[in-house]
Order: sequence, then C-alpha cells, then structure tokens
Amino acid sequence: MSMSVPSQLDRRAAVAALLKNRGDTLVVSGLGSPTYDLHATGDRDDNFYLWGAMGGAALIGLGLAQAQPSKRILALTGDGEQLMGLGGIATIGVARPRNLDIVVIDNQHFGETGMQASHTGRGVDLTAIAVACGFTATGTLRTLEDVQRLAAQIAERADGPRLFVIKVLAENPPRSLPSRDAVFIKNRFRAHLGFAAA
Amino acid sequence: MHSPQPNPDTRGSDDWPSELYRVLKAADVRQMSYVPDAGHSQLIRLFSADPDVTTSVLTTEEEGIAIAAGAWLGGQRSVLLMQSSGVGNCINMLSLSAIGRFPLLMLVTMRGEWAEFNPWQVPMSRATQPSLEAIGLKVMRAETAEDLVETVESAASLAYESDQQIAVLIGQRLIGKKKW
Repeated sequence: MSMSVPSQLDRRAAVAALLKNRGDTLVVSGLGSPTYDLHATGDRDDNFYLWGAMGGAALIGLGLAQAQPSKRILALTGDGEQLMGLGGIATIGVARPRNLDIVVIDNQHFGETGMQASHTGRGVDLTAIAVACGFTATGTLRTLEDVQRLAAQIAERADGPRLFVIKVLAENPPRSLPSRDAVFIKNRFRAHLGFAAA
Repeated sequence: MHSPQPNPDTRGSDDWPSELYRVLKAADVRQMSYVPDAGHSQLIRLFSADPDVTTSVLTTEEEGIAIAAGAWLGGQRSVLLMQSSGVGNCINMLSLSAIGRFPLLMLVTMRGEWAEFNPWQVPMSRATQPSLEAIGLKVMRAETAEDLVETVESAASLAYESDQQIAVLIGQRLIGKKKW
C-alpha cells in the first residue's frame, strides 16, 4: 500500500470551519485532540467530550442518534480512535441511522502518545471501509474549501450514515481542555435535551 | 404499542426469556444491543420483532457499552446482551459507564461453568465476575428462572433509577447444556 501525501491543513481551522454553522447538531468527540479541537470552538452544553473509552465515539453517536432521531448527530474523532472502533463502522452501517455523521480528523498519527505513525498513513482508507459497510456518503478532504463545502453537505438530510475523513497536518496545537468530569458533562448534555438529573 | 405476545403454550418457569422481555418492556427499555448467544436467542427474537425497540447487532460487545451511554445521553434506556466470553472484550469501554455514572444493564449468559463441552470457555468464565467487579460494576447472579426474573427487575431499577452499572450473570445451569 502506498503512503498518503501529508496534508498541510490546520486541524483547528478545519474543525472551526466544520462547526461554524452547526446549529443544533449534537457533537460527541473522541479522546485526545478531537476533544481539544471541539472545546477550542467554544464549550457548549450539547458537546459530549471523551477523555477515554477509545473506539467508542461513533458508537455513542449511534445510541444518541437512535434516541434522538429528529436531531443531527456528529461524532468528531481521530484516526487512532476510529481505528480502534473499526467493527463499529460495520455495526453503524447495519443500524443505518439517518442522522449520524462520523468525521475523522486524520493526522495519520497517534498524536497524544508521541506522534507514532498510524495505519491511515500507511494506506488504510477508512472511507473505503465505510463504503463497504453500506455508508451512504463518504469523502476525503484536504483543504479548508473542501471542509466548508462539507459543513453545508452534512447540514442536509441523509438516507443513512456518512463518514468523512479530513486529512490534517500532524501537529499538536496548544491543548484546549474541557472538564474531565464525565458526570457533569453528561448531566449538562441531558439537561440541554430536557432531561432532569436523577 | 405493538409488542409481540409471548406464546401462551411456553409460559411458566421455563419461559424466562418472555418474562425478561416483559420486565424490560415495563422498565421502558427502548434500545437493545447484542452479540448473540444461544441462551439469549428467544429474547433477541422478541426484541427484534418489537417496533418500539431499536436493536443493534454488534461485532464486539464493547460497542454495546458505548451505544448504551449514547442512548442515555439521548434520554433512552437500553439493555445489552452477551455471553461471558464477551465480558473480557468490554473492560476498557466500561470506564465510560463507571466514570460517567451511566445507567448500564448487561445480561450475561454464563458459559464454561456447568456441563461445559468447550474448555476454551472456561478461563473467561472464571474471569467474568472478578473482572466486572474490578472495573466497578455491581454483579448480580441467578441460578433459577424465578430468581432471574426478580433479579433483572431489581437490576433494572438500580440501573435506571439509581444510575448504577449492573451485570446480571445467568448461570449456565439455568440455560441448560448446549446440544451438539
């Protein structure tokens, strides 16, 4: 398998463009940089940040999408996190939610642990896996203009789950840290949807 | 509500899957995910035929832990079905339920502990309860059909009303010997 050409896209600029007009989309972020990227766009009640549970972001998105069919759900994660949840792409393909998008911020490295190269920089294509699992739309994006078009696309209705890979520069911007108290974040998120804390 | 009715001919103490279905429906379970086990087959059929419950077949059991957390974030109660060999697959993902105090109800059919034909089931069988307890779950166990139904009813209350993370282990003696 061939090496992919490294992207020069800044991850923070990409996530900011993706979420600029997110409206009432509910967002779940995978551990590490995607959680910092999401927080850097502004802390919100309808964000659920992961600090662990690697491989779970898109599947939390699935449970949420099934519980809230009238809302759009975005699982914002990284290549390493999604690689640990590869089977989940099959599960989501079969479940076929119409309101779940997975966006992988792909720097082709495990950024949190010393920038070791991941599978996506060595030819593994998450969008091809998603196609094979029945996702209804996929794409690989490399420029800010691509991301701006994607932001408009994911605001539209879909017939099934979609997965997009945004190739970004492998660097760690200054961390933007949300609360690590998962009970607080959970209860805040649920209150946003009108559910009282127990 | 269009819930499939249990077959009246099979009701009684042998028909614990229909009783579990009734108890879980009464607890307002709206999502069910599973990796199949022969011991869960009837419960899987009942939920799959129920248009008010969204069912998800999983590639590995830990996916169901994440789905359950997402369901709760979105205001729905859920249940996760697996056999004991799947518990080992779940351990790190259970951090999510434990640290987020997400309600969690897992029903685990035991293998490798009673008239077991396959020795490969034995090590994880031995590790099931200790590993669940080590990650912070409350483990409840039933060996008879009557006790199982009551245990699941109580576990559902603890999970959904008291934000607890519960695994109910269903003894292999209750499920019966696997036919080869």
